[in-house]
Amino acid sequence: MNAIAEKIPATVAGYKTFELGGFTFLRDEYFVTITWPVKDRRQSHTMSADAFLRALMRDVAWGFFYGVVNFDHVFGTRNLYGKVEFFGGRLNEHYHNNGLSYVEVFDTPRAMKLIKEILADWCNEGFDPFAAPLETGDAAFGEKHGNNLKAIDRFRVATRRMPGLDGDSPLRGDDNGYAINRAFADVAQDKPVIKAEPGFEGELHAFNLFAYLSRSDVTWNPSVTSVCKNSLFCPTTEEYILPIIHGNDRVEWFLQFSDEIMWNITDKETGRPRARVLMKAGDVAAMPADIAHQGFSKKRSMLLVWENGNPGIVKMHESGEIPPYPVTF
Amino acid sequence: MTEFVTRFGSLKDFDKGHIEIINDNPKYYVFSNVFEVANGAKPYEKVAVAKNLEYVIEAIRAEGTSGWMAASHDEFCIVMDGQVDIEFVKLDNPDAVAPASKEGTVAVQGEPKGKRMGSIRLGHGHQALLPKGAAYRFSSAGTSVMVQQSILGDLTVQKWGEICYS
Repeated sequence: MNAIAEKIPATVAGYKTFELGGFTFLRDEYFVTITWPVKDRRQSHTMSADAFLRALMRDVAWGFFYGVVNFDHVFGTRNLYGKVEFFGGRLNEHYHNNGLSYVEVFDTPRAMKLIKEILADWCNEGFDPFAAPLETGDAAFGEKHGNNLKAIDRFRVATRRMPGLDGDSPLRGDDNGYAINRAFADVAQDKPVIKAEPGFEGELHAFNLFAYLSRSDVTWNPSVTSVCKNSLFCPTTEEYILPIIHGNDRVEWFLQFSDEIMWNITDKETGRPRARVLMKAGDVAAMPADIAHQGFSKKRSMLLVWENGNPGIVKMHESGEIPPYPVTF
Repeated sequence: MTEFVTRFGSLKDFDKGHIEIINDNPKYYVFSNVFEVANGAKPYEKVAVAKNLEYVIEAIRAEGTSGWMAASHDEFCIVMDGQVDIEFVKLDNPDAVAPASKEGTVAVQGEPKGKRMGSIRLGHGHQALLPKGAAYRFSSAGTSVMVQQSILGDLTVQKWGEICYS
């Protein structure tokens, strides 16, 4: 018996419904329901609307990021770099082993266009999917009311070398709309002292990274602050729960700059729990290439996410040329 | 209204986290702490605390004055505790000191030949560019802690078994 209607309504509670290939996306006052074809029927899956929109926001902002963006333990996307895979149940061994998983690959521009439309229609006025719950409240819920295009049009800051250099990304300050976040009011705003000899004024450069981070207006959104070839320092500020379970396609490293984050680690392919990692200020840890991770930050914290942007690294892992662990000792 | 307190670590006051294993090997997480590493390091020893193929993050105990160093690529440092001064010299012949084929930090033999570029004083949380083509040296009146973004080189010290949970 097919419990899911063949035709979904055009709108529910004022929200548009959407289709992408075999997937349907419907939201109501509280929830998002996703369906996909399996065997002779359709499988459905339900998420809280705010959690879905926070995850979708990261897919938009990060261009589907590195590897897998699990919205939860069932639905997500996998970046194939030029194409993107949407999946239901594929990385959940119970769905997959029972024939209830579904995977469909789309050209990235087509998928990106659709998820931007979903985000634009489903984010109500006052709901910022980049903000912590204490900042944005419960505006995600209820019948459709307005929108928040300003919040969702933010993009990942692209830095070529280091913020503040001539022609590079800007530093943050009150003058360009970056106020100090309420949780970092105690972070010093002093600046390095640069004494350049005549002729070298543009070549010596430094800034207060912690002050820069204290003025981040988003959570769980890494942005590059230094580039050494393919080595990218991508610090970010974290509060509440990482809205996705990030499945690595390469080794990623974390250096906790301030406060603490608890990480739940699961197997990337099955979702089985593997470990929990508590990181406090000064701690460094690798996230291996065969795991998925989700962080919990009880107070807004500063985290350095360190990425290797080498485009060949995914194939190196997939072929077994390099192990999923960065160091053997 | 809640008054938040941001907790940074320091050489004298850090609290290391932990790993709770469910079904895994703790070594896979290569878990260390930069302040603990700096506590056990020699001045300006460049101890790798993270490695991603050829790239590294090194923890450095800054104490007194370092030797002159350079690299064939940009590097960056961030002061995690204390205060560090950096002097810079624009190398007359950077390829002779750090050829393009050589990655990672190299030691400059003797005094660097070139024009003095100036200096930067870094405090807590400050980040500096260590630009390609320049020699640099650090100094710290007290004991400070930095991390440096670079590439695995001759000066990188790897002692994972000593610094990581296992």
